[in-house]
Amino acid sequence: MRHEIVEKNLGLMIVLIIVAISGGFLAEVVPMFFQKDVNEPIEGLEPLSALELEGRDIYIREGCHVCHTQQIRPFRAETERYGHYSVAGEFVYDRPFLWGSKRTGPDLARVGGRYSDAWQRQHLYDPRSVVPESNMPAFPWLFEDRVAHTSIEARMRTLQTLGVPYTDEQVASAASEIEGKFEIEALVAYLQQLGTVISDRR
Amino acid sequence: MSTFWSIWISVIVLGTVFGCAWLLWATRKSQTTDTETDRTMGHSFDGIEEYDNPLPKWWFYLFLATCVFALGYLALYPGLGNFKGLLDWTSTNQWEAEVAEADEKFGEIYAQFGDTPVPELAQNEDAMKIGQRLYANNCSVCHGTAARGQVGFPNLTDDDWLWGGEPDDILHSLVKGRQGNMPAKGVMPNMTSQQVDQVVNFVLSYSDRERDAEAAEAGAEVFAQACAACHGADGTGMTAMGAPNLTDNIWLYGSTYEWIRETVEHGRQNEMPAQEGRLTSDQIQILAAYVYSLSN
Repeated sequence: MRHEIVEKNLGLMIVLIIVAISGGFLAEVVPMFFQKDVNEPIEGLEPLSALELEGRDIYIREGCHVCHTQQIRPFRAETERYGHYSVAGEFVYDRPFLWGSKRTGPDLARVGGRYSDAWQRQHLYDPRSVVPESNMPAFPWLFEDRVAHTSIEARMRTLQTLGVPYTDEQVASAASEIEGKFEIEALVAYLQQLGTVISDRR
Repeated sequence: MSTFWSIWISVIVLGTVFGCAWLLWATRKSQTTDTETDRTMGHSFDGIEEYDNPLPKWWFYLFLATCVFALGYLALYPGLGNFKGLLDWTSTNQWEAEVAEADEKFGEIYAQFGDTPVPELAQNEDAMKIGQRLYANNCSVCHGTAARGQVGFPNLTDDDWLWGGEPDDILHSLVKGRQGNMPAKGVMPNMTSQQVDQVVNFVLSYSDRERDAEAAEAGAEVFAQACAACHGADGTGMTAMGAPNLTDNIWLYGSTYEWIRETVEHGRQNEMPAQEGRLTSDQIQILAAYVYSLSN
C-alpha cells in the first residue's frame, strides 16, 4: 500500500476519515429517522400542559437529569422496581429527551402517581425528612419563586414548530394559566404525569 | 422497516466488515517481507522516523478473527435490516423469558399465601418475612422503615386508623388507595380569624393540651358548624371519610397550636396511592397481613 498518497494529501485523508467514521451513523442512526415506531406517539400520549412544561424546564434547570434517568430498560430487575419498560413512542414530544445516563437516584420514568403530591413537596423541600438515607439536595427556593410565565408562549411555539401538536388556543392561554404559580407546583405537576400513559406493570 | 432501509443497513454493515478484512489483507500483501528489519518508511518529522514492518502475526490474526466474529454475530442476532437472526432474539423476548422464569420460581411462593385470610397470614412467619421486604421496597418511603410514619403519613404500628384497621379496610387502602381531603376551614369557608383561634383551642381541649380555656369554650359552637360533619359531634372522627379521631392525642399533622391552626386555615390534602397494578394481588394480600401484624 502506498501510505504516502493518503498521508500527504490532507483533502483525501479528510474524505476517507469521514467515510470511515460515518458508517455507524448511516447504518444505526439515519434509518431511525424514518421508522414509524420511534416517531409516532403511543396511544393516549398528549403534549405536556403549560404547567407541566414549565415543570420540565425547572427539572432541566435544577439538573435533575444528572442524577435521575428516565428510561426503564427491559430487564426484570428494572421492571419489578419501576414498572413497564420504556418504549420509544413515549418520548416523541420530548425535546430534548431526558433519558439521562447515570442513576445516583432512582429512575423517574414512571414516578407519576407513585407518591402523593404532599410527599413530593415535602421530599423536594427536605429530602431527608422522608428518606433519612437520601443524599439528594433540598430545593427550598422552588417554594418561594414563581414560574416564568412570560416566556412560556415562546417555548410552546418553538415546540410547535418542532412538531409537538399544541393548538394555538393552548399556546395563547398558557401564560395566564400558569401566572402566579409557584415553581414547586409546576415541578410536581411534571413529575406526577411521568410515564402514566402506560399504566400496566408489564 | 421498508426494504430500502433494510438493504441500506445490510450493505453498509457488510461493506464495513468486508472492507476491514480487505484493508487488512491488502496491506499485508504489499509488504515485501514478513520479518522485522531496520527499514523505515522514509519520512522523518522532528527526527522521528517510522519502521516499515509488518503487523505482528498475533495482531493480524486477531484482527481477522474479529471480522469472522462479526459475521457470526450478524448471522445469529438481528443486525442486518429486517433479517431477524437465526436465534430469533429480541430484547422483549429476553425480558419475557426472564419474567416467565421468575414467575415460575417465585409465583408459587406468593400463590400459596394469596388465598389465606389476613389475620391467619399475619401469624405465618415465612409470609411475614416476605411482607417485611415488600414493605421496605414499596411502603417505607412514606410510612418509614419502622412503619411509625411521620408528619402527614400515618403511623401503622398503633391502634389508630384513619380508614379502619379491619383486614378488609387495609386491603381496600392498599388496592384502591385513599384520598384524604380536609377542606380549608372545614365546611365554613367564611370562618373568621378569631373563630379559627377558638376552634383550634377547642380541638386542643379534646386531648387536654395547653389552651386558652375561654376561646376553647367559644370554639365548641364553631366546631359543631364547621368540623362535626366529618369529625363527628364528639370529635371521634369517621373512618368512612378518613376523618381522624381528634380526641386520642394522636396527630397526623402536628399537635401544637401552630400546627393545628395551619391545618384549619389551609386544609390538608394527601393521598395513599393505589397499589393495584403495581403489585400482584398475592403480594397485596401478604402486605395487608404484614401491616395488620404491626398492630395486632
